[in-house]
Amino acid sequence: MATEHSRATARLMISPAVLLLLAWMIVPLALTLYFSFLRYNLLMPGMEEWAGFLNYKFFLTDPAFFSAVWKTLELVGGVLIITVVGGILLALLLDQQFWGQGAVRILVIAPFFVMPTVSALVWKNMFMNPVNGLFAYLAKVFGLPPFDFLAQAPMLSIIMIVAWEWLPFATLILLTALQSLDSEQLEAAEMDGASFISRFFYIVLPHLSRAITVVILIQTIFLLSTFAEILVTTNGGPGTATTNLTYLVYVQSLLQFDVGGGSAGGVVAIILANIVAIFLMRMIGKNLDA
Amino acid sequence: MSAITLKNVTKRFGDVTVIPGIDLSIEDGEFVVFVGPSGCGKSTLLRLIAGLEDVSAGVIDIDGADVTGTAPAKRGLAMVFQSYALYPHMSVAGNIGFPLRMAGESKEAIDKKVRAAAATLNLTDYLHRKPRELSGGQRQRVAIGRAIVREPKGFLFDEPLSNLDAALRVNMRLELSELHAQLKTTMIYVTHDQVEAMTMADKIVVLNRGHIEQVGSPLTLYNKPDNLFVAGFIGSPKMNFLGPTYAKEHGAATVGVRPEHIKISKESGLIKGTAGVAEHLGSDTFVHVHVAPDQMITVRTSGDSVLRHGDTVWLTPDEDRLHRFDAQGKAIR
Amino acid sequence: MARAVSTRRKITFTVIAWVIGIAIFFPILWTILTSFKTEGEAIASPPSFLFFDWTLENYTTVQERSNYFLHFWNSVVISLGSTVLGLIIAIPAAWSMAFVPGKRTKDVLMWMLSTKMLPPVGVLIPIYLLFRDAGLLDTRTGLVVVLTLMNLPIIVWMLYTYFREIPGEILEAARMDGAGLREEIIYILTPMAVPGIASTLLLNVILAWNEAFWTLNLTAANAAPLTAFIASYSSPEGLFYAKLSAASTMAIAPILILGWFSQKQLVRGLTFGAVK
Repeated sequence: MATEHSRATARLMISPAVLLLLAWMIVPLALTLYFSFLRYNLLMPGMEEWAGFLNYKFFLTDPAFFSAVWKTLELVGGVLIITVVGGILLALLLDQQFWGQGAVRILVIAPFFVMPTVSALVWKNMFMNPVNGLFAYLAKVFGLPPFDFLAQAPMLSIIMIVAWEWLPFATLILLTALQSLDSEQLEAAEMDGASFISRFFYIVLPHLSRAITVVILIQTIFLLSTFAEILVTTNGGPGTATTNLTYLVYVQSLLQFDVGGGSAGGVVAIILANIVAIFLMRMIGKNLDA
Repeated sequence: MSAITLKNVTKRFGDVTVIPGIDLSIEDGEFVVFVGPSGCGKSTLLRLIAGLEDVSAGVIDIDGADVTGTAPAKRGLAMVFQSYALYPHMSVAGNIGFPLRMAGESKEAIDKKVRAAAATLNLTDYLHRKPRELSGGQRQRVAIGRAIVREPKGFLFDEPLSNLDAALRVNMRLELSELHAQLKTTMIYVTHDQVEAMTMADKIVVLNRGHIEQVGSPLTLYNKPDNLFVAGFIGSPKMNFLGPTYAKEHGAATVGVRPEHIKISKESGLIKGTAGVAEHLGSDTFVHVHVAPDQMITVRTSGDSVLRHGDTVWLTPDEDRLHRFDAQGKAIR
Repeated sequence: MARAVSTRRKITFTVIAWVIGIAIFFPILWTILTSFKTEGEAIASPPSFLFFDWTLENYTTVQERSNYFLHFWNSVVISLGSTVLGLIIAIPAAWSMAFVPGKRTKDVLMWMLSTKMLPPVGVLIPIYLLFRDAGLLDTRTGLVVVLTLMNLPIIVWMLYTYFREIPGEILEAARMDGAGLREEIIYILTPMAVPGIASTLLLNVILAWNEAFWTLNLTAANAAPLTAFIASYSSPEGLFYAKLSAASTMAIAPILILGWFSQKQLVRGLTFGAVK
């Protein structure tokens, strides 16, 4: 609903954003694609040569690759389950009437403000450290042997750290959605004789479905490229126990200076991310139309 | 003040033709009302005149100058929107003064004109308030103030009263008519409410599916509707349409008769029926009479009518006041 | 209508909510407390909670050893710079999409969001090499550029959802009142969208402040923001708990304070405008 003139203006005003993003997408992507077909190591400059699919062959037959794909999914899935379930429970709790609602809400959202490197280091050293960590102390109090989280259950530990960072986000979105639920609907259901449990499953949960979709979508985008938490806690280890795709490509390209191999990994990561994205969109796409 | 002329004005949204080509001339100083059911294109037509939409074909003239390609701001028209469209972050004074500020007038001049407008509209005490602190009627007045302050060539109103409650609406109707009498500026007013159209207009334009059904003064439309659509749309309660048998006797495909042109009697008459619901308005009574299983005729009778539900009644249409229509729905005169 | 709730029920929920709230907040609280301890007290067993000799020496040590203020300033420049630049590019784009929607608007928006699906690691190498050749490695300018582009889709999306809440009639009224496009944006749209713009700004400052992929990979000493500064504590200095805590506290304090002061805008922003 507008005039030709305003439509022309609109095109003009949207173009910087579109052109920049297009460049941001196409230029590096094309370069990555190009590098991935080269034998190219930063330690041996000037030795670049065409390698065909060799890089892909090496990368895809590397057992570390399959392990990394699996670890990536494990990490994303684990964090999603914890944050969505935990977020729903927390949102239900915060939606109740109690004293100090505002203060508790501040406490709950605080972890979102903490940068990944800080939270990873704090958890690693001050809580999960088997000698001086707070968890080790608690274990001692209860007469249990200290547990070396990052050595004995490295992936689970990282999932816990990342979930702690993202729980506030999930909680807030779900709480906002919960508060938009018309209380008359719930009262009507109560009049119809629905118990708390059935009210939750038949009314609250369907109402939250759109918010849950948003949580899953946004978190997946960020979680697929989890990096800092791994870098400062385990460095991908022990072995490759916590090496996800992002970290694997990082090791290959910036630690081993293998640009060709790293680029091939990058291309694979992009393809996988898009598969996940398409899969997600298909699965929950209907919920996003609004 | 100005005359506005539309020549073959057409509007298409993609493949959908909303307005297939309209010719209309509006005289200087006229109060013209566009009326029609929702979706008839009346608001689109107004927006075309305002310049908020491009015409797909045709020419719009204001005072003899072609403004078809002119930006809305340069057409010299002011508009009052259905939602009032007040600027929520500005005070009443800021809202009324905004067009003057855009025209680059001096602070003193703006202040003077805003005060004058506020005085006419009883808004002087509210000048410093924000729109959200005003009642619906006051907001409406601010929107009007914003329109009159820059002395436009013409006013465009897009269903301005539809968000007000019934009592306020009657009041504002009077105020708008009063305003028009004072300013004598061309006004184009869009509404779906035929009562608003009848009470305010010098000239009514009845629109249906994007084309003009009839143009004329309220009484012309009421007494001499050109076609079935206008006959059924103008007037409340609606005109009664009588079936083919009766119509054939009068040489028409359909015959219409207004509720006040039917005599109702308990003893004798032309058509026999059963009294249904009677609506007592005090001054008048509207009786809904069932004359056939699927046909009901509304009759206007005196306020002290004592008909009861289920009474057998006789109806007699006034033969001189019949409206006759041919098979295409055109009036036969 | 909120229903009156029995006092007993309210007390129960108060206790549960506070226990859980404090548990979630505890790592931050513990970090802040530890930052005021001596190294000995920091690893003492049993740990002391409040009754220790409060000291500020860790803070001075951290500043002396690694120039906290340089990194702090880098973080400020990078997060604010990228967000403001992003807003300047995004406001006109969001205006177009919200008020002059066409058939393709939705597709363009979806496409913009889909660029977020591109994992950063997939384009790390070209960006790294391009930056190396352009002399942008370890510069604040370089990071501002990258983070602007990283967050642009989110900024556009958020602004779009906020702008859409502004009725188009108001902008049309301004047009009828003689406002040109420039006046329309300056006098009408921007003031009305201030709350939405503020939320967008806040959220993106936080996202940029905490961004830890590009900041870690594209900086060394000069342009390193606080994320990279803290990462240097990963070992073996991380074992000095009190100093680690002091550095951490300083890294998160600005955002924590900003976040708490602007909670209302932030909560709105945190939902990315996706849920009302």
